[in-house]
Amino acid sequence: MADVPDKKNGPLPDHDPAGYFEGESMTRRKVFIVGSQAVGGLAGIGIILPAVGFALAPVFDSPEENWEGIGPTGDYSPDGYTPAVITTVEGIGEAGKTTAYVRQGNPDINPDESPDEYIAISTRCAHLGCPVRFVAASSTFICPCHGGVYDFEGQVIGGPPVRPLDRFQTRVAGGQVELGPRYSVTSQLEAVRARDPGEFTGGIWEYLYPPRPTTAPPPN
Amino acid sequence: MPDFQRLVPAPLRKPSRPGEGNGAGPIDKLKEAPADLVGWVDERTGATGFLSGMLFRHVPKGTNWFYTLGSATLFAFVVQAVTGVFLAMYYVPSATEAYASITHLTNDVFLGEFVRGMHKWGASVMLILIFLHMGRTFFFGAYKYPRELNWVIGVVLLILTMVMGLTGYLLPFDQRSFWATVVANNITATGPVVGPYLADFLRGGAEFEATTISRFYAIHMLLVPGLIIGLIGAHLYLVVKLGTTAPPWVRGRRQPKSLREEKVG
Repeated sequence: MADVPDKKNGPLPDHDPAGYFEGESMTRRKVFIVGSQAVGGLAGIGIILPAVGFALAPVFDSPEENWEGIGPTGDYSPDGYTPAVITTVEGIGEAGKTTAYVRQGNPDINPDESPDEYIAISTRCAHLGCPVRFVAASSTFICPCHGGVYDFEGQVIGGPPVRPLDRFQTRVAGGQVELGPRYSVTSQLEAVRARDPGEFTGGIWEYLYPPRPTTAPPPN
Repeated sequence: MPDFQRLVPAPLRKPSRPGEGNGAGPIDKLKEAPADLVGWVDERTGATGFLSGMLFRHVPKGTNWFYTLGSATLFAFVVQAVTGVFLAMYYVPSATEAYASITHLTNDVFLGEFVRGMHKWGASVMLILIFLHMGRTFFFGAYKYPRELNWVIGVVLLILTMVMGLTGYLLPFDQRSFWATVVANNITATGPVVGPYLADFLRGGAEFEATTISRFYAIHMLLVPGLIIGLIGAHLYLVVKLGTTAPPWVRGRRQPKSLREEKVG
């Protein structure tokens, strides 16, 4: 009956809901509830965001370009591989070392190669990262874990690997062969940014397995 | 008959029977002490109501040994937690020192081999028990309404336990640990689009880095155990709240034999 206009006094004023003072759109209680929740939420975000950033930071680190000498050019022949041990990660002892198989470029094997350059094949299997070894008798790289087999140039000729063996950039400085950052290759042996083992390279795979900021750009 | 009780020193004398003596002898007080202590705590926490509700709850007819598999899993987790705490006292999560600290712990520390063995074999025991517990729940139909959420929590607990197995495997840092972790990380990296970044996150970089082992250690001993403890709490709460199910071979109330269908006319 409250909203029936009184003939003598005119219509009743609009009622504020219970707990509201005149003209208020929010009670004190509600202001404090929303306010304290907002402050608590801000404090929570202020703690969580830096912590998450702290844990995620290494994903966006760009690598330092390290070059490591592996001996005079005369140590490496154009016809067969010579193993060389390099350090890819400092400060973790044996776990940071890896082996590369190095040879001189040989136009008879691949017309794109010149005798001035050196080819360094990574021993990290392109299937799941076990260390492959070069078997001179059959001129193949063989992985002990799941039976991946690669030919002399590191192309897959058997087993589960999804792409050819990775390579390291090489250069000659003062008569010394030096190995630089790792890069991956496509099935046509075109250089791309280093991918983890098990990831395809080339074509649409370059988008499905995007390049990571933690890897060095590939050589031209 | 002589009163032999007098030969016994006063504190060890047989207490008087209820309703006799003054109840204030030393042994009477000693006898009352545990009850007094429990009473003191209970008065301030109400714990006995909660505990008796949890421990003396009704269980359905046909409850059998298969229903202990969940408790057995919980016990296996407690063993892992306790032995893990003690292993952490000797273990060094560093790529250059981890293996040496593990060999020292195993070969030199008193009972080190035993504690490490419990942790190592206990991990397998826990997973086996989880799967048996899961099988019991599945084959007894105990995942059905209203217990679906508890099944989901249980599956998350199973996955977290596997994460414990994966991260713990690296920590001895021998050849097997190292290469198994390399392979596991590379399998993670094969996930399309996010895989490569996820692998970088786990390793803390593009290669197996100095931070990889400490990351795995932090996940293994702090992050995942915390989540597991919280979820076990939720799991148990729902078990107590919803009760357990009867085995499928226990029928509902049967028709009394005196009732039978009769044709008339």
